[in-house]
Amino acid sequence: MRIGVPAESKPGETRVAATPKTVEQLRALGYEVAIEQGAGAQSAFSDEAYAAADASVVDGPEAWRSDIVLKVNPPSDDEIALLQPGTTIACLISPAINPGLVERLTGAGVTALAMDAVPRISRAQSLDVLSSMANIGGYRAVIEAANEYGATFGGQVTAAGKVAPANVLVVGAGVAGLAAIGTAGSLGSVVRAFDARPEVAEQVESMGAQFLRIEGLEDEGPSATGYAKEMGEDFNRRAAELYAEQTKVADIVITTALIPGKPAPRLITEEMVAAMKPGSVVVDMAAANGGNVAGSLPDERVVTPNGVIILGYTDLPGRLPTQASQLYSTNLVNLMKLLTPGKDGRLVLDLEDPVVRGMTVCRDGETLWPPPAVSVSAAPAPAAGGAGTTAEPAGAGAAEKPEKPEKKPRDPRVKYVAMAVAALLFAFVAANSPAVFLGHFTVFALAVIVGFYVISNVAHALHTPLMSETNAISGIILVGAILQVGSDSTVVQVVAFVGIVIASINIFGGFAVTGRMLQMFRKD
Amino acid sequence: MAGTATTNVVQAAYIVSAVLFVLSLAGLSKHEKAKEGNAFGVTGMVIALLATIWLAVSQASNGIVTLLLILVAMAIGGSIGLWRARVVEMTQMPELVAMLHSFVGLAAVLVGFNSHITAGDASDTVHSVEVFLGVFIGAVTFTGSIVAFLKLSARIKSSPLMLPARHWLNLLAVIVSVVLLVVYVQTHALWALLAMTVIALAFGWHLVASIGGGDMPVVVSMLNSYSGWAAAAAGFMLGNDLLIVTGALVGSSGAILSYIMCKAMNRSFISVIAGGFGQEVSLGDDKDYGEHRETNAEDVAELLKDAKSVVITPGYGMAVAQAQYPVADLTKKLRDRGVDVRFGIHPVAGRLPGHMNVLLAEAKVPYDIVEEMDEINDDFPDTDVVLVIGANDTVNPAASEEPTSPIAGMPVLEVWKAKDVVVFKRSMATGYAGVQNPLFFKDNSQMLFGDAKERVEDIIKAL
Repeated sequence: MRIGVPAESKPGETRVAATPKTVEQLRALGYEVAIEQGAGAQSAFSDEAYAAADASVVDGPEAWRSDIVLKVNPPSDDEIALLQPGTTIACLISPAINPGLVERLTGAGVTALAMDAVPRISRAQSLDVLSSMANIGGYRAVIEAANEYGATFGGQVTAAGKVAPANVLVVGAGVAGLAAIGTAGSLGSVVRAFDARPEVAEQVESMGAQFLRIEGLEDEGPSATGYAKEMGEDFNRRAAELYAEQTKVADIVITTALIPGKPAPRLITEEMVAAMKPGSVVVDMAAANGGNVAGSLPDERVVTPNGVIILGYTDLPGRLPTQASQLYSTNLVNLMKLLTPGKDGRLVLDLEDPVVRGMTVCRDGETLWPPPAVSVSAAPAPAAGGAGTTAEPAGAGAAEKPEKPEKKPRDPRVKYVAMAVAALLFAFVAANSPAVFLGHFTVFALAVIVGFYVISNVAHALHTPLMSETNAISGIILVGAILQVGSDSTVVQVVAFVGIVIASINIFGGFAVTGRMLQMFRKD
Repeated sequence: MAGTATTNVVQAAYIVSAVLFVLSLAGLSKHEKAKEGNAFGVTGMVIALLATIWLAVSQASNGIVTLLLILVAMAIGGSIGLWRARVVEMTQMPELVAMLHSFVGLAAVLVGFNSHITAGDASDTVHSVEVFLGVFIGAVTFTGSIVAFLKLSARIKSSPLMLPARHWLNLLAVIVSVVLLVVYVQTHALWALLAMTVIALAFGWHLVASIGGGDMPVVVSMLNSYSGWAAAAAGFMLGNDLLIVTGALVGSSGAILSYIMCKAMNRSFISVIAGGFGQEVSLGDDKDYGEHRETNAEDVAELLKDAKSVVITPGYGMAVAQAQYPVADLTKKLRDRGVDVRFGIHPVAGRLPGHMNVLLAEAKVPYDIVEEMDEINDDFPDTDVVLVIGANDTVNPAASEEPTSPIAGMPVLEVWKAKDVVVFKRSMATGYAGVQNPLFFKDNSQMLFGDAKERVEDIIKAL
């Protein structure tokens, strides 16, 4: 089958749905790839590079006439007209807020896969473009803010005076928020972050930022979809107090709060913006969906009367076109891997697979949106045998897990009694044995103890040489055989002779191989 | 006959060699002093042998013949030993060590029989017990080591032999031997000694035959210990303190190694010796761990290029595939690029205590980047990429996460805490313990299937 990659027609779009590298990967899955002339120009991928990766470079309509079309933005009406029925198209669709587009795609008789409707389960992470785009978007948001901000991010003490680090507030600790936290932190600023989901506190702290908490609120539990949900009245009031307090001291505010299928929540009000320091920068990453910040406009740089700069850029990932294209197209390759189980260039749409089902918006003139819900709670499963707070449905947890009886710690007295018995027994044996034996036994007991302490310190790495060394010295049994070989009895002589041969193998072999091994160990 | 002076000088020589042996083992506890330790061992042995030969020759009725016999026998044995030591592959070290153990066992049996013949009916009770015990331990060591050798060299199957009522058979063998001991002490009858020898040989055979391949580190160190006790028993019957000291040193050394190995598997010594892993535990619950992710050599090379720190955890599979050379090559390449590469070795990785260390040393991996489990376990969260090469049970998160797992509680290398884990494996088969490994299904794990050596070479090419 042939995969077509048309150039993006949306004004300002810099990304492309395939790079020379992913073309190779698609070829490896057995597909032919046709790419429209100049499709990668804005992402710094030349037609020659695509051709070198074994893609055919074609004109626009030809690219649209493929069996599979990979794109970044949804097709325009003109482009939908170019699609033939039965074609599979994968791109951003936002089916929840674009019902008209879904209808038109259904009408065109194509199979449409929404790259922005990937269920949030671990297995699907590799094709989740929302995550991959949000990640570089969060990075770019910090870079844009730094560009506008009139001071440095990192603090230092110089001969020209002390420079304080920038105070960065990140609202919403999703993928974009975490990326922003990481970037701002690595520039040297002091980062604080807030999120309505208290369970992300750990992730925020792991990125080196301080997590702001609202005290005294009941834990509402993680949301079942892995995304944020709308919060209650009381929560919102207290959160607003927190924002008001924090924005006052912040130099940089980055908001990333989005609730899927709904307009973005308004978190930062006009009064809060008015109370901010002049020269501080707000980046509203939710501007496309209505904005988290009062006064932000999509794709606009707004300067408020008190000198606060509000950036509402909606193309933050697209401002890093090479990287964005690479990540987006790798997501597409991962999708194609999932859809091409045979690696034979034949696409198989398995609607039993919740990932595929979740993404499929329409097929053969039939609308399949919205898909049945997939619950993917990110909360850890309750620990086995937890303190009765298991969230499992009744009966599921109770049947298994045979309780292992705890081993009772042994009574120390048993040990002492055993030692006493052993001592008495030994005394009895000793009383009835010749003095010579006792002398030998003393030597034996002391040698065991010496051996114990000497060997306990041996480095693990030297265990094998240690074994061959002890092997060699246990060949000392040769001494016994040597003393017997001078006997007058021929039988004894023969047996002793064999004994000497065997024990010698041990001694010579053991020492030699130990030496050989020790030669090999070397330090760098 | 030799005078008192001779005996005293020989006695002095024995004391010197005993001290040298202790120093030799002490030297082996550190890399810096290990070679010196080996030299001490050799010196001690030379002193002991020279003194013994002198004593033997001066005591014998025909000194020249005795000397000749000794020298010829030692020349034969010595050349065989040196030849084996020179040609042995490092991957075959476990076999060689097992074979050497069997020789000590056999020599102990021979010395014991000679001692029986020499002493005759004049033997007192203590001496009879010593002879009997010496032969018993020697015989068990002999056949046990032979089975271990055969299993390690894959001449027989390494899966445990499961005779019905095997524990009862073992017990029966011990009881019959005790009865024979009483008979022997009373009558000094050769038949009792012979009968016990046969039983002990069978006992040793069965003991090791019922232990599986993965428990071999314990078995080999246990046999090492036995060979020591056999030498010590010979020392008692000959009244020779040097033998006693040396035997006791070796015996306790082997016992400690066995203990370390058992602890590393969170199993009791008894359960290892009783044989078989997981026979009593049902493995019925085929838990669904989800799907694993496959990768290829090029992607792994990419991953390694971008990594700052890499940890390689080898297992027995690396030895089987002879992958230590390409692994060392890969290590060198990455280190030249400035990547921090280290090795994490589980105590029971391989078939012999310290087996992996020897293999890596052979491939010229510097020992200061080869670390023990305890040293490296805390560093996994800061590690970018972990390469698991031919290891399975020793990196199984089930050991710490699933209390019902047969390997629950066994300390393992916590590789899953790293950012990315690449598992080199032939197939999705389970490891020695027969336990599925949830590591393979973790989100940060990728599987690289195929022969470990070829795959590592592919990665080197891609780099």
